Amino acid sequence: MGMKTLYLLVPLAPLAGAILAGFFGKILGRTGSHVVTILGVAISFVLSVLIYQDVQAGHVFNGAVYTWMQSGGLKLQVGFLIDPLTVTMMLVVTFVSLMVHIYTIGYMADDPGYQRFFSYISLFTFSMLMLVMSNNFVQLFFGWEAVGLVSYLLIGFWYTRPTAIYANLKAFLVNRVGDFGFLLGIGLIAAYAGSLDYAEVFAKRNELATITEAVTGWPLITAVCICLFIGAMGKSAQFPLHVWLPDSMEGPTPISALIHAATMVTAGIFMVSRMSPLFELSDTALSFVIVIGAITTLFMALIAIVQTDIKRVVAYSTLSQLGYMTMALGASAYSVAIFHLMTHAFFKAVLFLGAGSVIIAMHHEQDMRKMGGLRKYLPITYATMLIGALANAGLPPFAGFFSKDSIIEAVHLAQVPGAGFAYVCALAAVFVGGLYSFRLIFFTFHGKERFREAAHDAHGHAAHHDAHDDHGHHAPVEPHESPKVVTVPLILLSIPAIASGWLIGTILYGNWFGGAITVAAVHKGMATMAHEFHGVLGMMAHGVTTLPFWLAISGAATAWYLYIVRPDLPAVIKQKSGVLATILEEKYGFDRFNDWFFAGGARLIGRGLWKGGDQILIDGVMVNGSAGAVGWVSGLVRLFQTGRIYQYAFSMIFGVFALLTLWFNRA
Amino acid sequence: MNSQLLSLAIWVPILGALPVFWIGSERRTLVRWLSLAVAVAGFLVTIPLYTGFDAAQGGMQFVEQAPWITRFNTQYFLGVDGISMPFILLNSLITVLVVLAGWEVIEEKQAQYMGAFLVMSGLMNGIFSALDGILFYVFFEASLIPMYIIIGAWGGPNRVYAAFKFFLYTLLGSLLMLVALIWLFLESGGSFNILDWHQLPIGIKPQILIFIAFLVSFAVKVPMWPVHTWLPDAHVEAPTGGSVVLAAIALKLGAYGFVRFSLPIVPDASHQLAPLIIALSLIAVIYIGFVALVQTDMKKLIAYSSISHMGFVTLGFFIFNQIGIEGALVQMISHGFVSAAMFLCVGVMYDRMHSRQIADYGGVVNTMPKFAALFVFFAMANSGLPATSGFVGEFMVILGAIKFNFWIGFAAATTLILGAAYTLWMVKRVVFGEVGNAHVAELKDIGHREFLVLGLLAVCVLAMGLYPFPFTEVMHASVDNLLKHVAVSKLQ
Repeated sequence: MGMKTLYLLVPLAPLAGAILAGFFGKILGRTGSHVVTILGVAISFVLSVLIYQDVQAGHVFNGAVYTWMQSGGLKLQVGFLIDPLTVTMMLVVTFVSLMVHIYTIGYMADDPGYQRFFSYISLFTFSMLMLVMSNNFVQLFFGWEAVGLVSYLLIGFWYTRPTAIYANLKAFLVNRVGDFGFLLGIGLIAAYAGSLDYAEVFAKRNELATITEAVTGWPLITAVCICLFIGAMGKSAQFPLHVWLPDSMEGPTPISALIHAATMVTAGIFMVSRMSPLFELSDTALSFVIVIGAITTLFMALIAIVQTDIKRVVAYSTLSQLGYMTMALGASAYSVAIFHLMTHAFFKAVLFLGAGSVIIAMHHEQDMRKMGGLRKYLPITYATMLIGALANAGLPPFAGFFSKDSIIEAVHLAQVPGAGFAYVCALAAVFVGGLYSFRLIFFTFHGKERFREAAHDAHGHAAHHDAHDDHGHHAPVEPHESPKVVTVPLILLSIPAIASGWLIGTILYGNWFGGAITVAAVHKGMATMAHEFHGVLGMMAHGVTTLPFWLAISGAATAWYLYIVRPDLPAVIKQKSGVLATILEEKYGFDRFNDWFFAGGARLIGRGLWKGGDQILIDGVMVNGSAGAVGWVSGLVRLFQTGRIYQYAFSMIFGVFALLTLWFNRA
Repeated sequence: MNSQLLSLAIWVPILGALPVFWIGSERRTLVRWLSLAVAVAGFLVTIPLYTGFDAAQGGMQFVEQAPWITRFNTQYFLGVDGISMPFILLNSLITVLVVLAGWEVIEEKQAQYMGAFLVMSGLMNGIFSALDGILFYVFFEASLIPMYIIIGAWGGPNRVYAAFKFFLYTLLGSLLMLVALIWLFLESGGSFNILDWHQLPIGIKPQILIFIAFLVSFAVKVPMWPVHTWLPDAHVEAPTGGSVVLAAIALKLGAYGFVRFSLPIVPDASHQLAPLIIALSLIAVIYIGFVALVQTDMKKLIAYSSISHMGFVTLGFFIFNQIGIEGALVQMISHGFVSAAMFLCVGVMYDRMHSRQIADYGGVVNTMPKFAALFVFFAMANSGLPATSGFVGEFMVILGAIKFNFWIGFAAATTLILGAAYTLWMVKRVVFGEVGNAHVAELKDIGHREFLVLGLLAVCVLAMGLYPFPFTEVMHASVDNLLKHVAVSKLQ
């Protein structure tokens, strides 16, 4: 079997699983469906490991599978680019996906849509793999939209819930706004580079850098990069296209972990890293990237502080972490962005799946105000989530420390305009990150057990979880640890959530990515950092003496004070801060504005054009108007058809006279 | 090449309709099976057109030429190139699906219904293969009659108004075309041969007049803004099969006219007036996209969506690059599949609920899961999702448009947002949610026959999305030919 067959098998194995579970789910039954899909993803994971070893041995592959289409000198092929960047993504995607598949057995155990769910998540894995393995823009766009489709299907998985089908439509449309920019970027590349193959486009990068776009007069490379980045803003939920991600929590928790934390939302980060040869040529674009990333990092973290829904806290935390990655991209630290993408995939998957475990234990209650003191009942969940929170807050020796600290350092060293602002945001967000991470831990697992008194009024909230109502609500709530299929993936994921950071030396400074990532010589940040790096222990020792560490610690301490020592304080603070708290709770008013301005505005325009344009102007004036005119003219002409001979004779004489006059005067 | 294939494609369905009429509607089973047999035979005879097609050759193939009315030098002159050939196959395939779709739901005068579609199918094939001006005109006009009858006889409550509007609109348009054809006949020294006209030198003033005459005729058919308002009315009143043929085939006739007549016969006028067509196309994409968003009637919504998608076709033709024109042709074929499927989906629901109002539905997925899966799939194709045919054409035209002028590409690409918005918002209100009312609760999922029809279209949509290569491959030489031709001025 040649390597190309192996490459093909990686995405096709989960696709086969998805097709089997999707079309033959009834025949296969529940067990059969999860067996085939898990088998598919497991094959993909094992093959990814094999391919990783092959790539480590120096074998980079770039080749076509088939020609998709050819037109006007543009040859579009489906093909793979297997290099260190791709293989890193393949490992992350297949590993997290495998864990989530297993976890789903427990989480969705009572759901009537069991087979459908497995089919979707396998289809997602296929799409995501096609995205990261692509060697061209068309396939990238295919994967890009396909993961969007599966995300749409999964957010709306419980399709009878009005909030779910609102959220999935919103997610799709907001992503389409990003895709709009993305497609324009691809179009510009096709128009000026005459190819959509990565290698061919990158080969022409220096030539492209000198071109000015003919119609708009923009520097081409800047226009291309900003257009592409708008696509990344949609998919990776960057301000102001972030609005869909918190709502996507309407989907079942396993997909929040897989799609809306670990993999799909990082597609934008991956894409920009893949395009590093282009982005490196435009400081304007990098500056745009770093500023957007900075805004997202800080302002989304702030919202996380006031959320009471456990999943939404994690969702806003994800937004903030994605902001960090974006800042790293803007600072030309692509490898750091991918490194953080990887560590984040692990610890955020732990946090989401842990939150899911809590939610199962609480009989589908997600409000943290109705939890508290759960660590006794859910020891494994507690331990793993604590690891996740420590990593998320960026404390050593957990994975997040290494990647987040490197990002902060890279931003600090960056020279592009806006980097100073980004550095301030990054530091402030470290404090906020410590605060919200530990607020979640203390609120959920420590303090008073609030779930007993809350059990009575839980009915209303959980009523629409009809699929899950067969247990709970009636007996007094007694939380218990989740089954093995849930806790084992949690444990397996928390290992890399601790340890993956220790690979920093290899990944960032060991030429891990080889030629997959390009950094311009003028962007010296990474080189400086490599110079200052003295091993994992050295980095930790140095880390505890720096500002970010103490900011994170003080964030955690603040959470401890507010939620353990003085649990009465948060309410007081909220009352005192008045407008500020309202602004955060309203999430800066984006949802309200978008609903009013964009959704409402579009409907208003539509109605205006329909009633005013089509019905009144075109049908009313032009169509029926011309019919009316014909009627009016014929009414006029009818006046002459009188039937009286003398009138006809008179008109004839008059006509002959007029014609003769004209005839004689023609010269 | 000496071949009778095109004649077969035209006359098999038309002659096959005669026994269908003759048997009469009392013997329903026989009528159905015979209609199906004729439709399938009509499709089978078109397959050699694809398999025997020489993709390397840009000229006309399968040519048949015989004198018709010698006094006016008109000929029975048929032939196809890579531009027209795919539409004959598409048309013949759609006819099979339409016969299947009308299997049970048409209860009155079924023989006449089936017969009308078979006759129309043959006439449409005639339009796509005629190379003689008068022959084209006769087919073009004759195809109005069965459609007029279909809407008028099997349509909804307001069918007479809609049928008249449809007929008058298209007839008025084509009268100007007739004037242009006669002018070309005189100017070319007495020839109705379209290929001769392609070579005929014409001054710029007459070119512009001819262009406008063609434009009026073809714009009504496409339809382009602002002569589009007949289409939503026609669709709403037409029976499902009528809507399917209207959207999948009839709209393509106007677009086809542009590439067969306007561009090669009056290339200088085409270049000069291209900004006008581009503007109208973009209005179709954007203006109509907004209008589609607020429709309350599903058929109207899809009708407006059709107009918006056809905007991509006319846009692609008038940016004069290969990827644009091929993209437009691909979009025409894809729209044939997708719009047909969308109208069939609405038909499936209408047959059960007798309502097309979005507000009367909600939560259809609960009672019709199989149907819902297919509907969502076609909705995604309608929103231009990659791996469906809907993506390919739009993608190509957008690439072509950006190459031509960034802002035109920018305006066209808004369809990514608008198309998804109007399609998926409808899906949300119709398919998802709690069961909307007692009627929805009693819905039965699609049966084998409905599944077969929609499933076949789904396969087509997916195949063309995953592997558009064979579709574009047959077009290259002919589109190349066309572009070369259009680039040469006919002015002396």
